[in-house]
This record gives sequence, C-alpha cells and structure tokens, in this order.
Amino acid sequence: MNNRFKTLSKGIIDVSPLMIPVVPFGIIYGVIGMELGLSAYMTFGMSIIIFGGASQIVLLQLFSGGASSFVTITSVTAVNSRHLLYGAVFSEYLFHLKLRWKIILSYVLIDQAFAVSNIYFKKNKENKFKHYHLLGAGFTCWTIWQISTILGIVLGSVVPEELGLSFTISLTFLALLINDFRKYKNIIVMLVSGIVATIGYNTIPFQAYIIVATLSALSVATIITLIEQKKK
Amino acid sequence: MHWTTIIYCGILTYLTRFSMIFFLKKDILNEKTKKVLTYVPSAIFPAIIFPPIFLDATGSIDIDSNPKILAAIIAIIIGYFSKSIIATILVGLAFYWFLIFVYYQ
Repeated sequence: MNNRFKTLSKGIIDVSPLMIPVVPFGIIYGVIGMELGLSAYMTFGMSIIIFGGASQIVLLQLFSGGASSFVTITSVTAVNSRHLLYGAVFSEYLFHLKLRWKIILSYVLIDQAFAVSNIYFKKNKENKFKHYHLLGAGFTCWTIWQISTILGIVLGSVVPEELGLSFTISLTFLALLINDFRKYKNIIVMLVSGIVATIGYNTIPFQAYIIVATLSALSVATIITLIEQKKK
Repeated sequence: MHWTTIIYCGILTYLTRFSMIFFLKKDILNEKTKKVLTYVPSAIFPAIIFPPIFLDATGSIDIDSNPKILAAIIAIIIGYFSKSIIATILVGLAFYWFLIFVYYQ
C-alpha cells in the first residue's frame, strides 16, 4: 500500500509544474465557449466527455464557423491522433494490467501526463505499481482542467466582447508550439499548414481547411522523415 | 452544436488513447511512423492559428495595419526566447490590447 501511495504522490508532484499553463488555457476555453453562445452545461460537458484542451478549442472554432458535425468530428480526432503515439509507447508498460486499469488510465492519458509518466516509467521499470504514477499525474490534470473550465465559464459571462479574447485562441496554440520554433523542419511543416489553411479557408468547402492543411503538412513531414532516413 | 457531436468526439478521442494500450503488447509503431506523429502539433496548430490572424471578417487577406499579425510576431519572439507558455500568451495579448486600445485609437 505504501509503495502505491508513494508512486501516486510522485505522479501528482511530477505533473504539478506542468499545470501552471493549463489553468489559463482552461479559463480561455471556458470564456470562449460562453462568448460563442454555448450553454454552460455544454462547455463543461465537453471538458468531461472529450477532456482534450486543444481539440476542445478547435471544436469551438469550427462551431463558430458553422462546420458540419462530420468535419468537426474528423478535425477533433485529427488533433487527438497524437495520443496514438502515447498509447503505443506506454503499451509496453501497461499491457499486463487488468482491463479496468486500461480503461481508467486511457481516459487521462493526455500530453502532460504522458510527458512526466514516460520519464518515470523509463527509470522505474521494476516498480510493480508504476501505473499509479500515471493515475496520479492524469487525474491531477483532469481535476485542474475541470476547475479552470468552470472558472472560465463564470468569467465568460462577465468578460466584455470588446477585449477580443478570441485572439487568445491563436496565441494559445502558438504558445503550445514554442518548443518547436528552434527546429527548422518543424517550421517548414508549420508554414505549409498555415498557408494551406489561410488560402483554403474560403476555397475549401465545409470548413474542411483544417483537415486539408493538416494532411498537406503531414505529407511534407513524411517526406522530410523519409529523406532524413535515407541520409543515415 | 449537438450533444451527439460532442459524444462522438469524446468516443473517438478516447479510442486514440485506449486502442494502442489495449491492442499492443509491445510498442510496434516503427520509428518512421513515430517520427511523423511527433509532427502532428506542428501540422495542425498553424491551421488553427493562421486564418483568424491573416483574414479579416469578410475572409479576405488583411496584411496592412493588422494588429493581430504584429501581436503574433511579438508572441513568437517572446516564446522563442522565454520558452514559457504563459509569458507567450500574456505578452501577446497585452501587446494586442495596446495596439487596439491605444495605438490605433
């Protein structure tokens, strides 16, 4: 029991610093949801049902542009496709667990939890209860995300529209990319995506510009990866 | 917005997290696929960032006296040097407010 509790606490402590940017992100999400005229229940419900910050904001943006549900669902899934990578990396550490553990841990396998638990798992392969680390980290993220969403919903009903807070969507996503600004290959991929989306915004039907831009940029990323491997 | 759309999004998002843990005993994604998946944020986020910055309300490209472009450039510079997510958002927003409420008034 002691070891379980220790590992769980370690997960909570490890992920805590990463929660600092999550709070304003959650608030921005809640505020924008309210500004776009969604009900408080729906804005909060999305945080519970989807539990993926970036994808929830994409959903709001597509909703405000009048996208169809098919395009919305496809775009949200595309944004979250990176979780396939997290699951694949963690399968090695979690495959022996009971199904109910897999069901619970999958729900909270998000960027921040992956980042800290991946480091912990690599160093503590022998710990029988290492999955408690992901449990602690994941549910810390979950709790913080829900609280900040609620804060945003409350603030959203009092913040005036003149402040132009919808610009924070662009700023928030820009901030999520700062670690890639130094990698020129990522910058190429970013430019392809941004330019295709800007041109396609009016020319691609059904608000599918996010999907088309993403696929174009990922094709370029694939080419870059293939060229890189040939060089080796 | 319908609840059904949200629920479908929720189910598919959950499956992106669950499927690999459920089906794989070991990590079988090859290095190439993994490398490409690490590009997913760089491939998606600019598609969300660019259009609201460069396009005006009517949807045409607006480059002259566009406060969002200037604020985004400042945010990129701050992000590049500080590597802080919060500083990037806050400085970008503060500069944007300065432009629309003070400079362009």
